[in-house]
Amino acid sequence: MSIDPSIDPLEAAAAKAPIISPADLVLRTEGITKRFGPLIALRGIDLHIKRGEVLGLVGDNGSGKSTFVKILAGFQHQDEGQIFLDEKPVDFHSVREARRAGIETVYQDLALVPALSVYENLFLNREITRFGKIGWLSNKKMKELARQHLAEIRIDIPSVEALVEKLSGGQRQAVALARATQSTNKVLLLDEPLAAMGAKESALVIELVKDLSRNHGISMLIIDHNYTHLFELCDRLNVLQDGRIVLDQNTSDTSLDELTDLMVADFRRRVEAEQQSSP
Amino acid sequence: MITAPPEGSEPSPVSRYAEQGRARRVTNVLFRRPETTIAVVLVILLAYFSIRNSAFYSYANVVTMLQYVAPIAVIGAGEVLLLDLAEIDLSAGQVFLTAPWFVVLLHQHSVPLGWGIAISLLGCIAIGAVNGGLTVWLRVPSFVATLGTNYVLAGFVLIGSNDIQTDMVGTTGKFGAWVGISNWSEPACALIVVLLVWAMLKGTAFGVHITATGGNQLGAEEAGIPVRTIKIMCFIIIALISGIIGIFDSIRIGSLDPAAPGLTEMLSGVSAAVIGGTALTGGKATVLGTLIGAIVLGVLEDGFNLIGVSANWFILVEGAVILLAMAVNVQIGRATSASPS
Repeated sequence: MSIDPSIDPLEAAAAKAPIISPADLVLRTEGITKRFGPLIALRGIDLHIKRGEVLGLVGDNGSGKSTFVKILAGFQHQDEGQIFLDEKPVDFHSVREARRAGIETVYQDLALVPALSVYENLFLNREITRFGKIGWLSNKKMKELARQHLAEIRIDIPSVEALVEKLSGGQRQAVALARATQSTNKVLLLDEPLAAMGAKESALVIELVKDLSRNHGISMLIIDHNYTHLFELCDRLNVLQDGRIVLDQNTSDTSLDELTDLMVADFRRRVEAEQQSSP
Repeated sequence: MITAPPEGSEPSPVSRYAEQGRARRVTNVLFRRPETTIAVVLVILLAYFSIRNSAFYSYANVVTMLQYVAPIAVIGAGEVLLLDLAEIDLSAGQVFLTAPWFVVLLHQHSVPLGWGIAISLLGCIAIGAVNGGLTVWLRVPSFVATLGTNYVLAGFVLIGSNDIQTDMVGTTGKFGAWVGISNWSEPACALIVVLLVWAMLKGTAFGVHITATGGNQLGAEEAGIPVRTIKIMCFIIIALISGIIGIFDSIRIGSLDPAAPGLTEMLSGVSAAVIGGTALTGGKATVLGTLIGAIVLGVLEDGFNLIGVSANWFILVEGAVILLAMAVNVQIGRATSASPS
């Protein structure tokens, strides 16, 4: 498939998008725009995630995907546009606000504390205590709940008392996912969940993500630049280029070839533009 | 929220790891505990000194020994909190020495001892807040910030005392016994403080948040932990407890030396923490290990005095013990982290 640059990619995407009932939408964005000085990182992102759906967001470095995720996670604020959760407008000025509203972000295993145990990490800053907020920790109860939760989502960890620093990369990612799914949430944002992982580890995480969506109905947005991973993980893919969504298709309706063509065409266009601008 | 998996799904594989030899687990736990090395060192030292001198376990000597241990243990326990945060407080020893000077200076302006102690401790809290504020708000590395406070306080003492040795404010009666005259008041105070710090670090959410802040500050912040408040609180705690034990110590001794080196006192505390198994890099702390470390340093000092070895030798042996304990700790750490968990 080739891309005709004369067609507005936004319109093309809108024309392709199937009609969805609003009740099925867990997250929707409308015209999210973000500028950094003269640089326009996002040029009006319209995106939606259906309940229980795994949406993949692909894009090269500089396409704006990390900016978009940071806005959804509450790290940054958009200049224009609106985020809707369950079709209600929401506005985040901090990670905590986004989290409270139900958007939980997993940044690889970076948010875990290596020197703490698995269960301490799962309950970090939502510890169960016996006498109020500054009270004595109920370690027994936390361990029990942690074990229960890990068993529910079928995560294989030697012991909830094991220190995170002793776990493998895949196990750490699993713990990070377990923590994110422990609190009530509507959407899980996964930023490159398979980065720096071996084949075996990747398989473990892919299995877990599939299980979370299939058996627990968790909606997810996965950001990655590895198409192969995304084809394995996602129900639907959105492609981000130059701050716009240029493709929105179900994984089953598209192919690696189509995506690659799209990326190559974009790359050519940029190279040509650069050649024209420099004498 | 997670719902239960649908019926017919496979059982959890979590139980796979449950079967593990009990004996192996016990030895594992023992070897992985960071306090093990220093506990072994302590047992060897106790055995050695008791063989060399029969008076080692006499009442008088045990009291002397505990009086050596008390300040080191308290300052060390405070430093554990900061080392756990990947910070350090170099002024703790000087706060230990300055707090009683506050009391003396206030007494010269006819403030009674009880009030003097209370005001002095408020001063310690303020010093801790300044240390914390410099580190957190002005982003001065704590190593430098607290070094600065250390010299400011040392200068304050020298100026306030005209560099003349002074008697500590005298006290008698029940109050006097409680705050330092009795043989046991200083060690008892130290024990209570160390136990409180231990309970706080191990048993409260605040303690977990300290370790989380030191182990992964960004991650802790993302989890919504107020890392700045936590750091400032820890600087305040170490200043307060160093001041308390400083006042107890000076009331027991009865006099104050304005030229006493605060940095040495502080380094004893840091040494106790480090040989006890606390990492300098944050996220790994043991108050129990620090207490044992402080006892080791106290036993060394007292033991060498008792068997008549010169103080010069004591310094050399102290250095050797620190190096040995650290080398063993690092090697055990490497060996256990290499084995599958």
